Amino acid sequence: MDAIVFPPVLLGPLLPTLVVLIAGALVLALDLVPKALPREVAPMIALAGMVVALLATLARWSTPARAFRDMVVLDNFALFFNVIICYAGALIVLLSMDYLRRTGTESGEYWALVLFSTAGMMLMAAAGDLVVVFLALELMSLSLYVLAGLFKRELASGEAAMKYFLLGAFASSFLLYGIALVYGATGTTNLDRIAAALALRPRDPVFAIGLGLLMVGFGFKISSVPFHMWVPDVYQGAPTSVTALIATGSKAGAFAALIRVLMVTLRGVPPDWAALLWAMAAVTMTVGNVVALAQSNLKRMLAYSSIAHVGYMLVGLVAGGVSGAGSVLFYLLTYTFTTAGAFGVITLCERARGEAVEVADYAGLARRHPVLAAALGLFLLSLVGIPPLAGFVGKFYVFGAAVRAGYVWLAVIGVLNSAAAAYYYLRIIVDMYMREPEGAATTYASSFAGGLALAIALLAIVLLGVMPAPFVDLAQAAVAPLLR
Amino acid sequence: MIPLVSIVTFLPGLAGLALLLIPRRADRVLRPAALAVAIVTFLLSLPLYARFDAELIGYQFEEHVPWMPTLGVGYHVGVDGISLLLVLLTTFLMPLALASAWSSIEDRVKEFVATMLILETGMLGVFVSLDLFLFYVFWEAMLIPMYFVIGVWGGPNRIYAAVKFVLYTMVGSLLMLVAILALYYQYGAATGRYTFDLPTLSQYVMPPGRAQDLMFLAFALAFAIKVPLFPFHTWLPDAHVEAPTAGSVILAGVLLKMGTYGFLRFCLPLFPDAALTFGPLVFTLAVIGVIYGAWVSTVQPDMKKLVAYSSVSHLGFVMLGIFTLNQQGLVGGLIQMVNHGLSTGALFLMVGMIYERRHSRLIADFGGLWQVIPAFSALFLVVTLSSLGLPGLNGFVGEFLILLGAFQRNPWMAALATTGIIFAAVYMLWMYQRVVFGEVTRDANRRLTDLTAREWAVLVPVLALIVWIGVYPASFTGKAETTVEALISQVQSKTGASR
Repeated sequence: MDAIVFPPVLLGPLLPTLVVLIAGALVLALDLVPKALPREVAPMIALAGMVVALLATLARWSTPARAFRDMVVLDNFALFFNVIICYAGALIVLLSMDYLRRTGTESGEYWALVLFSTAGMMLMAAAGDLVVVFLALELMSLSLYVLAGLFKRELASGEAAMKYFLLGAFASSFLLYGIALVYGATGTTNLDRIAAALALRPRDPVFAIGLGLLMVGFGFKISSVPFHMWVPDVYQGAPTSVTALIATGSKAGAFAALIRVLMVTLRGVPPDWAALLWAMAAVTMTVGNVVALAQSNLKRMLAYSSIAHVGYMLVGLVAGGVSGAGSVLFYLLTYTFTTAGAFGVITLCERARGEAVEVADYAGLARRHPVLAAALGLFLLSLVGIPPLAGFVGKFYVFGAAVRAGYVWLAVIGVLNSAAAAYYYLRIIVDMYMREPEGAATTYASSFAGGLALAIALLAIVLLGVMPAPFVDLAQAAVAPLLR
Repeated sequence: MIPLVSIVTFLPGLAGLALLLIPRRADRVLRPAALAVAIVTFLLSLPLYARFDAELIGYQFEEHVPWMPTLGVGYHVGVDGISLLLVLLTTFLMPLALASAWSSIEDRVKEFVATMLILETGMLGVFVSLDLFLFYVFWEAMLIPMYFVIGVWGGPNRIYAAVKFVLYTMVGSLLMLVAILALYYQYGAATGRYTFDLPTLSQYVMPPGRAQDLMFLAFALAFAIKVPLFPFHTWLPDAHVEAPTAGSVILAGVLLKMGTYGFLRFCLPLFPDAALTFGPLVFTLAVIGVIYGAWVSTVQPDMKKLVAYSSVSHLGFVMLGIFTLNQQGLVGGLIQMVNHGLSTGALFLMVGMIYERRHSRLIADFGGLWQVIPAFSALFLVVTLSSLGLPGLNGFVGEFLILLGAFQRNPWMAALATTGIIFAAVYMLWMYQRVVFGEVTRDANRRLTDLTAREWAVLVPVLALIVWIGVYPASFTGKAETTVEALISQVQSKTGASR
């Protein structure tokens, strides 16, 4: 038996993730000291962690590095996702500050868990090995399960946590079985070596079953149909700031791992998987949009809308290649700012009985709070895909990649879905601008941090909409190495 | 060189955004400021007309700046004889629309004037864009301000009308987006150069066949909904009736022209074979629209709805003219686009004026207005006659040219379409008679006041143009003839080359 050789420990490629992890540990440690510090300290550390991680990410741009025998790969692909995740994390921290204080649920572990889940997401993007994918996924998910149940006194929050945990654990086990089968078929869990093994036997049935199980696990985490059942309840029940994190960061992390696994392992394999993804994309966007049409709860509606957006992103994945996968990366970037912004507006609105989550609660918002109404309006129009906002460019690239790869009919299904989706997004705008409020008025919390988060998100969706070219080029450059 | 086209295009929108910053206590300056912006925009657009060289083929006042070079997207704007007239129509109608809303819009004035000015930028952008990406951005972006104009400041059923308007338009335009992408990649695959530049793409002779047919249909659907061509017209009566007067004027005057403009600018030069293939179908739908619109107008009890359905009929004429694909028909179609904008715009303005006084648009609520408000009635007569195509006024010029062109292509269809003019006389004159002549039957009508100075100021420019085009159309058609000739020869050479 060979002696166990420890690989050299290179922490450089882990730097952005480590920053976030250390910030999380720091928050936990400080929380042990009772009443010693003002309560603004923990969120400030969390925010600083995100910002430093973002800076570390930018500093490492275009210097690809591998560590731990290729288990961690910090290439531009991972860095691009790190940017998305850090922004998502930072926006959520900003949005949570006053939100938690208002709801009386402020606690040190909230910030630590947000940081740990963010670290998990970032590690998923950098995972070069299925084992790391699994570890990172669990780090992210376990933190989020707890966060979803943060409103301990609310039944819905507990239900969300329970449902998320049970179904999530189920999905994780699928993923683990998938990893085991892939290992059985190829003798390795390293993505590059899996690709090399597959080049010799491209149509290995055991591998196919393993990858199928992996797809179930990822399908759950990205919330594609038919693995979306948890989404509406969890999005509705979880605290809104946590919902925003689940909808943006965790989706980005899961997509990162999915794209890397698919593109790296299947690069030498005939494109049989496109048909499966095609069906998944078509069903996901259609189910998401059709069910969203019938929702009256804003969080639930945005939950279904997020499912639909996953469908659009899958269209880009079907198209494949640099332009297809690149369009998914860009789409996630636009989607993160837009969705974080939309949920962010909800965190600022409340009613006597709690949060303002019904669409009807937003009636007359334009009269009472024109700036907030305009912000939500712009986020929704970006989700519809109205130019010159970011959502339009995202859709443009995704459908463009599909047309380019010859999937014209999938693009047609996509645009018809977008038209149907316009109805429910516009319904909210109708309420905000064209109706008068009924019953007790919705009140608006003034929050500097929340306002700052919304301003950043707004600026981003306008900038990405008007000047998308450099970011799209970066996204495409980021995926290019995966195909080699 | 001064980027005149860009200035004209973006001035209203930027000024509209700036107006949003005006604090609430300074509300009084909003209306004059917005009107001043619209008038300045109009004045700035006049040099485009004056300095436009009617002899030249191709675009003038071009501006071309790379925007997303890796994708082949450029900021490329310019005008030719076709878009020039529509740009002028837009800048001309906007001040009138804003002035008409002077007293009728009381609620959220700031948002209203800003939305209208942003809408103007969107519409002008559609007409001057020479890049498909840029065009699409304006085309979609423009929907949202119109949606707000109808939905916030409209009548009782405004929300239904606004949502219907957006959804109808969006289905068509999103399919057009797919077609734009397909065209982009087909051109790129064929030539190795990926670009959204319209003049470049127009040079491309696409092989006839299924791909071209589908792309044509996707573009045509988007434009047919906007025109609206029968049977895609059902959003129009709702939107028109619910929209405030200013919105109706812009909707009828400019927005509908974006559809017919799209056929001229994109469908014909890019997909000429498919345009020939589907020409008879469009021709038939246009004639059905002419007659159907006229018939439905005849039985409308509501004046605004009557005018709305008459738009279906008039735009049917324009489509007829465009798909004759000959000089008379196309020039007639183009001038009829302008005419319809003026006549129908004026009709909506006048119906709006009377609605402000009586809060009713039902024909049955009026009668004998000539005795009470003679000046209004006289001007209303001129506009009515212009709309039904009396020789000497603008409507006649366009319809005559269109029918002249249509007879060369299909005499039977042209004969059928001619009945549309007769029905137009029926529904317009019958409406006029019931509203203006006879005895005053309602007491409320006895107290009506005649036109105010502001209303005179709104109507006189329109009437002057109505007479001007009727008497001397060459000053407008002359600008477009070279462009239209070039368009026809382009279509012919392309279809000749591929057959």
